[in-house]
Amino acid sequence: MSDAAVKTKAPSEPLFSKKNKKLVTDPLTDNNPVTIQVLGICSALAITVQVEQGVVMGGAVLFVLILGNLIISLMRNLIPSRIRIIVQLVVVAALVIIVNELLKAFLPDVSEKLSVFVGLIITNCIIMGRFEAFAMANKPWPSIMDAIGNGLGYAGLLILVAIFRELFGSGTLYGFQIFGNSLPGEETGLYTLGYVNNNMMILPPMALIIVGIIIWVQRSRNKSLIEQH
Amino acid sequence: MAINRDSNSYTFGFAIVLVVAVGTILSVLAIGLKPQQEKNDIVKKQLDILSAMMDTKAKGISRKNAEEEFKKYVNLDDAIVLDVNGNIKEGVKAFDVDIKKEYKDKNMKDADRNFPLFVAELDGKKAYVIPVVGKGLWGPIWGNICLDEDMNTIKGASFGHKGETPGLGAEIAQPFFINRWIGEKISDENGDFAKFEIVKDGSGSAKESKVDGITGGTITSKGVEEMANRCLKVYSVYFKNSKK
Repeated sequence: MSDAAVKTKAPSEPLFSKKNKKLVTDPLTDNNPVTIQVLGICSALAITVQVEQGVVMGGAVLFVLILGNLIISLMRNLIPSRIRIIVQLVVVAALVIIVNELLKAFLPDVSEKLSVFVGLIITNCIIMGRFEAFAMANKPWPSIMDAIGNGLGYAGLLILVAIFRELFGSGTLYGFQIFGNSLPGEETGLYTLGYVNNNMMILPPMALIIVGIIIWVQRSRNKSLIEQH
Repeated sequence: MAINRDSNSYTFGFAIVLVVAVGTILSVLAIGLKPQQEKNDIVKKQLDILSAMMDTKAKGISRKNAEEEFKKYVNLDDAIVLDVNGNIKEGVKAFDVDIKKEYKDKNMKDADRNFPLFVAELDGKKAYVIPVVGKGLWGPIWGNICLDEDMNTIKGASFGHKGETPGLGAEIAQPFFINRWIGEKISDENGDFAKFEIVKDGSGSAKESKVDGITGGTITSKGVEEMANRCLKVYSVYFKNSKK
C-alpha cells in the first residue's frame, strides 16, 4: 500500500505515463481499497442494498476524494506533521459540507438523496487513507490519478455487491423489476412459480459475506495476493 | 525555507489560519445560500402536501411548477390550526407552522403545540391533508396523510425521512408502503380514534387499522406507527366534533 507513496516523480514525466496509469488501474483490481486493503467496509455494509445507492455513494466519494487529494497534495509542504490527521479531517469535512450546501441550494433533489451519505463520506477511511498514504507525499497530478483509481475501485465494488444484494434480496436492479412483481396478491413472473426473495440478502451481514466471497475468489485467482505468515 | 515546520508556533499558526479560513468559507456560503435553500424548503413542503393527495409524478408536478399547482388545489385560507385537544386555534397560519421544529423542542408544552390541517379540493371533492412528524431509527421522519371527504378514510399519504437506512427503513417513502395505508380508517363507528398497528405477520392488508411493516425496517415502521397514532388522534377529535 505505501510503497507507491514514497516515490517522487521527475517533473518532465508525461501526464499519462505508465506509472500514472498504474495509479488508476491498480486500485481497480490487485490493490482494491475494499477487497485488498479492507477499508471502507462500514459504508459497504450500509448502502449496498440497492444499486442506485451504491452509484450515488461511489460518485460522491470519487468526487470528494479527487478534490481532497488535490488540496492535500497542494498543501503537503505546509502541513505540520504533528497535526496532519486533523488537517486532513478538516479538509474532508469542509469539502463535504460545501458540496452539500451547494446541492441543497441548487439541486435539492440530489441533496435529499445524498443526505444519508454525508456522514458516511466524512468517516470513510479510504479518503483519509489516501490523504495520508499518497497525497501527503506526492505531487497534485499523480494524487488526482490515485484518487480516480481508488474512487472507482471503491465504487465498482459497491456496485458489484449491490447487484447481488438487490437482485436476490428485492428481485430488482436499479429499481427495475427483474423477476416480476413480488407484492403479495399481485405476483407476476417468477413469483407465480413460488420463487421468494431472500430477505437475508437485504440485512447487513450478507454484505460482509458477499465481500468475503469476492475476496476469496480474487485471491484464489491471483495467488500473489495471499499474505505469507 | 527558514521556517521550522515542527515548531510549536508554526503548528499553532497553521491550525489557526486553517480553522479561520475554513470557518469563513463555510459561514459565507451558509449565509449566502440561505434564501435559496429556504425557498426550496417551501416548495418541498407544497410538493409533499400535493403528493399525499395524488400521484404528482403522473400529473407532471415537480419542484418547478409546485407553487402554481399548489394554489390550484389547496386554498390556504381554508386551512386551520388545531390545539392538542382538537379545538381550532385562532391567529396561527397553518402553512407557517413548523411541526418538525415543534416536535424537536422537548420543552414545549403540549398545549402550545400547533396541529395544522390543510383543506384541499380534488376532483370536486374535499380532501383533508394532515402533516405528521415523528422519529425513525436514525433521525426524524415526517409525512402528510390525506383523508377523503368523509374525514375518515385515508386517501393517500407521503412519507419522508432524514437518514433512514437505504433499502430498509428508507422504504417508508416508497409507493408500496404508502399503498398499505390507503383505505384504512382513522376512526371507528362511534367516531373515536382507531389506533393503527404495524404488524409483521402479513395480515395488514386484510385487517382494519393494521398495516404491514417493512422487513429489516422494524424500528422505522414502528416510528411511522407512533407518528400516525399520536398526530391523527388530535384530528379525529376535531373531525368527530365537526361532524355533529
